[in-house]
Amino acid sequence: MSSYPTPNRLLTPDAPADVALSMRGVMKRFGAVQAVNGLDLDVPTGACYGLLGPNGAGKSTAMRILTGQAIADAGRIEVLGYELPAQSKLARARMGVVPQDSNLDIDLCVRDVLYVFARLYRVPAGSRSEAVQRALALSGLAARADDRAVTLSGGMQRRLLIARALIHEPELVLLDEPTVGLDPQVRQELWSLIVSLRERGATVLMSTHYIEEAERLADRVAIVSAGRVVAEGTPAELIAAHAGREVVEVTGSAAELAQLRASADAAGLPTRQSGPALTYLHADRYDGEVPAGARRGASLEDVFVSLTGDYVE
Amino acid sequence: MTGDRVLRPGRIEPEALAAVWVREWTVFRYYWRTRTFAAVVEPVIMLVAFGIGFGRLVSHVAGIPYIQFVGTGAVATAVLFSAVFSAMFDSLYKRRYQRVYDAMLSTPVDVDELVTGEILFLGTRAGLYGVAPLLVAFCFGLPPQPAMVLVPFVGVLTGIGFAGLGMLFSAMATTFDDLSYVISGVITPLFLVAGTFFPLSRLPDWLRTFAVLNPLYHCVELVRHCAFGLHPGADLVHVAVLVAFAVVVWRLAVWRTRTRLVD
Repeated sequence: MSSYPTPNRLLTPDAPADVALSMRGVMKRFGAVQAVNGLDLDVPTGACYGLLGPNGAGKSTAMRILTGQAIADAGRIEVLGYELPAQSKLARARMGVVPQDSNLDIDLCVRDVLYVFARLYRVPAGSRSEAVQRALALSGLAARADDRAVTLSGGMQRRLLIARALIHEPELVLLDEPTVGLDPQVRQELWSLIVSLRERGATVLMSTHYIEEAERLADRVAIVSAGRVVAEGTPAELIAAHAGREVVEVTGSAAELAQLRASADAAGLPTRQSGPALTYLHADRYDGEVPAGARRGASLEDVFVSLTGDYVE
Repeated sequence: MTGDRVLRPGRIEPEALAAVWVREWTVFRYYWRTRTFAAVVEPVIMLVAFGIGFGRLVSHVAGIPYIQFVGTGAVATAVLFSAVFSAMFDSLYKRRYQRVYDAMLSTPVDVDELVTGEILFLGTRAGLYGVAPLLVAFCFGLPPQPAMVLVPFVGVLTGIGFAGLGMLFSAMATTFDDLSYVISGVITPLFLVAGTFFPLSRLPDWLRTFAVLNPLYHCVELVRHCAFGLHPGADLVHVAVLVAFAVVVWRLAVWRTRTRLVD
């Protein structure tokens, strides 16, 4: 990889100096669907950054734009100092991508899958077997190295996808919905794997629609809705700004809740609908005005639902 | 369609081609038995059926014993089938169902490198498989000639062209079903009207024109000339046609595949 030119720092003029990637006013349309609609994003170097949004919010399209597999209609994109799409290949050489759906060569054995990707990522000949061993150890798949990928469980296949993306020790790792469809034990295993990535100094950009995942792993979170960022900050900042310290949940029939909501709206009380309950946000700020109900600490979920609304794909 | 908004065409890097090649080779190591069986046995059966069956009715064609005529012509058939079918079906599977191409494009490999690497691998493999009917024809009395060492090169050149054509059709198809049109409408006529089983001299003019435009015909001629005597002037034209065909379908395959893989 030494043959690649060094990146031009700061192609995006107003991006902070220590960003691993930045997107400015990025637009992408598929036919009638505006999948990405003016997306602005700055991911600080070394951070674990969560892209949190409902299904269909444009997270996966944003990820594909970052790998050059979708070309933005407008906007500026810089990844590791390279401008996209022109310098996408240079950026890809230094990043690892874990897709949402498995795209493994499932008939190959685990070791061969990793070896092939060591070649694709241009790991020098002398370090390839070492890289494969390291990836096997990291993903806990050393015992299955000679088994065909198709024989692995869903969780192991996901670990192999991650190991494959790490074979060249990338500076930036993109994880698109890393734990979707996995059981809780496997999910927690993957979380430790993601945490260990960060500890190695890699920048992680992870898209997810699981709030808990963002809350546990991400230093910073951007909440994405309808193709753009609607709020950004640390989980604590987001909760303080959009849901307050405490919330009150009031349960009732649909008619009662509709009535409560109408009067809350009239009184200027921020609420969000949460299934069979109405949640009053910033309950600490509006003491006395909020009806009686279950009081609890505000969570990122309150922020997420109140910002992304009743939007359903 | 995004054909007008493609990536800036970068250089095709040998490291990327090598990596694509290594992936193909690694997969091939798992499948070489079945693939080789199919590639070798099919032309042998064809050779035996036509050569022996039909050969009872026709003893010589253009001064050549019929089984040797078919044996040399079947080289082109073997190359065609091996190259075009792998390129059509495997690459549609890799693109659409297994999504391996997506995975490869998230590494420092661009669409043109991916397509070029695939075409070179499949073309080379097909070219080497194409030698099988010639070896069988030896058993039926075809005398070995020094110029026959050129046959693998002719096979590889033809194979690269038809692998490119297969990649192009694969990129135009959405489902495996779509490829049926190609097999019946394109591959079968190419295969039948190439001078493999009967000489073109007996055909009506319009059909002969079609045959001359068929790249496979030029492969058939080159292989026969390697076996029964080169015609340097004509053979250079045949080579030039095969090269031109390979280059054109390669560019088209890259273009169509890019519109499929890059949104």
